Amino acid sequence: MDERMAGHTVRSYAEELNRLRDAIARMGGLAERQVAEATQALIQRDSELAAEVVRRDAALDALEREIEEFCIRLLALRQPMGQDLRLIVAALKVSHNLERIGDYASNVAKRSIVVASLPPLGSLNGFQRMARLVQENLQGAIDALVRGDAARAGEVWAADEPVDEIYNGIFREMLTHMMEDPRTITAATHLLFMAKNLERIGDHATNIAETVHYAVRGDTLPEDRPKADASAYAVVRPQDRPAG
Amino acid sequence: MSAPLSAALHRRRRRKDAVIRALCLAATLIGLFFLASILLTLLWRGLPALSGTVFTQVTKPPGSGGGLLNPIVGSLIQTGIGTLIGTPLGLLVGTYLAEYARASRLGDAVRFVSDVLLSAPSILVGLFVYQLLVVPFGGFSGLAGAVALAIIIIPVVVRTTEDSLRLLPDTLREAVIALGAPKWKMVTLVCWRAARSGILTGLLLAVARAAGETAPLLFTSLGNLNWSLDLAQPMSSLPVTIYNYAGSAFEDWIALAWTGALLITFGVLGLNILARSLLRK
Amino acid sequence: MAGIVMHQAGGAARAQAHSAAERPPVRISIRHLDFYYGTNRALKGISLDLPDRQVTGMIGPSGCGKSTLLRVLNRMYSLYPGQRAEGEVVMDGRNILAPDVDLNELRARIGMVFQKPTPFPMTIQENIAFGVRLHERLGKAEMEERVEWALTRAALWDEVKDRLHSSALGLSGGQQQRLCIARTIAVRPEVILLDEPTSALDPISTLKIEELIDELKQDFTIAIVTHNMQQAARCADQVAFFYLGELVEVAPAAQLFTAPRHPRTQAYITGRFG
Repeated sequence: MDERMAGHTVRSYAEELNRLRDAIARMGGLAERQVAEATQALIQRDSELAAEVVRRDAALDALEREIEEFCIRLLALRQPMGQDLRLIVAALKVSHNLERIGDYASNVAKRSIVVASLPPLGSLNGFQRMARLVQENLQGAIDALVRGDAARAGEVWAADEPVDEIYNGIFREMLTHMMEDPRTITAATHLLFMAKNLERIGDHATNIAETVHYAVRGDTLPEDRPKADASAYAVVRPQDRPAG
Repeated sequence: MSAPLSAALHRRRRRKDAVIRALCLAATLIGLFFLASILLTLLWRGLPALSGTVFTQVTKPPGSGGGLLNPIVGSLIQTGIGTLIGTPLGLLVGTYLAEYARASRLGDAVRFVSDVLLSAPSILVGLFVYQLLVVPFGGFSGLAGAVALAIIIIPVVVRTTEDSLRLLPDTLREAVIALGAPKWKMVTLVCWRAARSGILTGLLLAVARAAGETAPLLFTSLGNLNWSLDLAQPMSSLPVTIYNYAGSAFEDWIALAWTGALLITFGVLGLNILARSLLRK
Repeated sequence: MAGIVMHQAGGAARAQAHSAAERPPVRISIRHLDFYYGTNRALKGISLDLPDRQVTGMIGPSGCGKSTLLRVLNRMYSLYPGQRAEGEVVMDGRNILAPDVDLNELRARIGMVFQKPTPFPMTIQENIAFGVRLHERLGKAEMEERVEWALTRAALWDEVKDRLHSSALGLSGGQQQRLCIARTIAVRPEVILLDEPTSALDPISTLKIEELIDELKQDFTIAIVTHNMQQAARCADQVAFFYLGELVEVAPAAQLFTAPRHPRTQAYITGRFG
């Protein structure tokens, strides 16, 4: 929408805004990769890859600081208005979301090293599906920001529900494992946290989508988002235990 | 461009600059030389006869002394009355042109006529008043002289009033109007006040010019060798007295003519300096 | 949330708080206004309400008609032959464009401050008293009281109280402009029109005037034309964007500067005018 309009009278300002978009796209790409590789490390029990993900988190932190400084500079020097103001504020918020996503991915990677040292605990299909959905949403949100596509942001915003459902499934599954066999508690607890981390990453992707929607359209999405995370109320009672 | 060429160019420009500056300076010096020589000659020839009696005694026949009291007083009276007549007229006409008739045909016509009058030979003014006041009323008079001087003064005051008022920014006028003031209050309470130094300067210059005029008085107040304050009678004046005395064959008259010239020159010079200092404020 | 929003855009928050149920009353209502300089149509079908005791900012590129609109509101254009307005500007149920309106009385109710400070060539005291005297007969004490009141309201009293009887031309540019504002409010108008009041001033003087505008809107309805968008953002409750004689968009300041509805407004406020 903005690109189709006449360009900025001050060309260097337009260039700076483009640089900001690029930086966010770069940071988004890095965050996606962190999520993908952390999950891969878990599923393939690849501790080296996991260590690599943990190390790389610093780059994400550095990018966040860079974007933040750049945004503050733009705010101070350009006194942005309208869509430019919204883009810059969005960049600030999105970079913060991405930094959190990076922290969660790094945490997943760290735990995957521990999990890899323990006996495998059932199938990790749920994790794989969850990670894929979360990555798609993250990618969609970043694309929406870079291209100024509010519709895409709206889709991402509405697509978090399946993630929550998978998370609920994993939650119940892990509780069941722990009740069946206390020796699985270590692995199951780590896996629970990892699932929670992936679910949080999904939430941050949704936040990004909301921010992008505001940046592009100038209005906010409705307060209530479709949610299916019921784990806060979940109870698995001993009598739920399958007979055996 | 290579360096030597540019150096040559630079030298040439400097030379041209020096030539122009020298020409200007020479012209200025020539002008100053004449001015200084006039002033010095006036002082040289006029000062010896300048004494108390010049201001206390009236003109007397040749060889019997006498002073310039009646021409001085006559000049003051005629210039004074001329100013009194000319100033309000000129001020109002100038105000009309600047405030009320900016884009009107009548205004353009009035402005044109006033400018013509400004540059008209003053002897024509004298002849005009001669026809207007001297012939119908059967004789030369101080009043006719004053009217002639007023006609000299009016176009100068018109011009300077209009110019000074036009220099005021329109936002000043709008600011007065925006307070809910009628236009006449805008003109009289703000515009005139804001333009007063310009208007006053113009007036002083006009008076200075009128005080030195001979030609309009020759056909109107004529001159009077006797003491007279009667405006209906011929009246003496400095310029006309100088004109008469300087052309006479009597040495004491000629000396008095120089003194009169000295007085009038420094009087006018004083007015000019006053006007200038007012304008600067 | 509401607490955070409140101060920054006090007016805007107020404007929003007044939504539908308790909108501030409209002080001046402009309806289908056309304006002509000779045959040149400078304003095209403008309809705009000035809410009571709020600041309406008018922005737009040069020649967009915003200053022209101000000059319609106090009938300043009537000074110049060949300028005419069609449509209605309603204040207290009367169309102020009607030919039988007493312009001096109208201008006492709608004051105006100009781009360049316009102190009159008289003392500070006389400057203020000048406008008052046009409309009221006050005794000496009352007049002195009024002068002090106006200068105090214009945040100038402390700076000039010891030299009320010296020439106003000796004041600094910013002081002169505040004097002009004092002169305007001394007449006790209902509406104040400000035509780029700070464009000739330094930043500190500008901020003082802006602070003053914020103060004055408790008592006066204010319309301010400005080339400085940040200024409109800082001062105005609602902002109207004009382009080529048309009113493109009017919205609460916070909305207009963050999320304007019209693409042309968007282009203007972000500096994308092509």
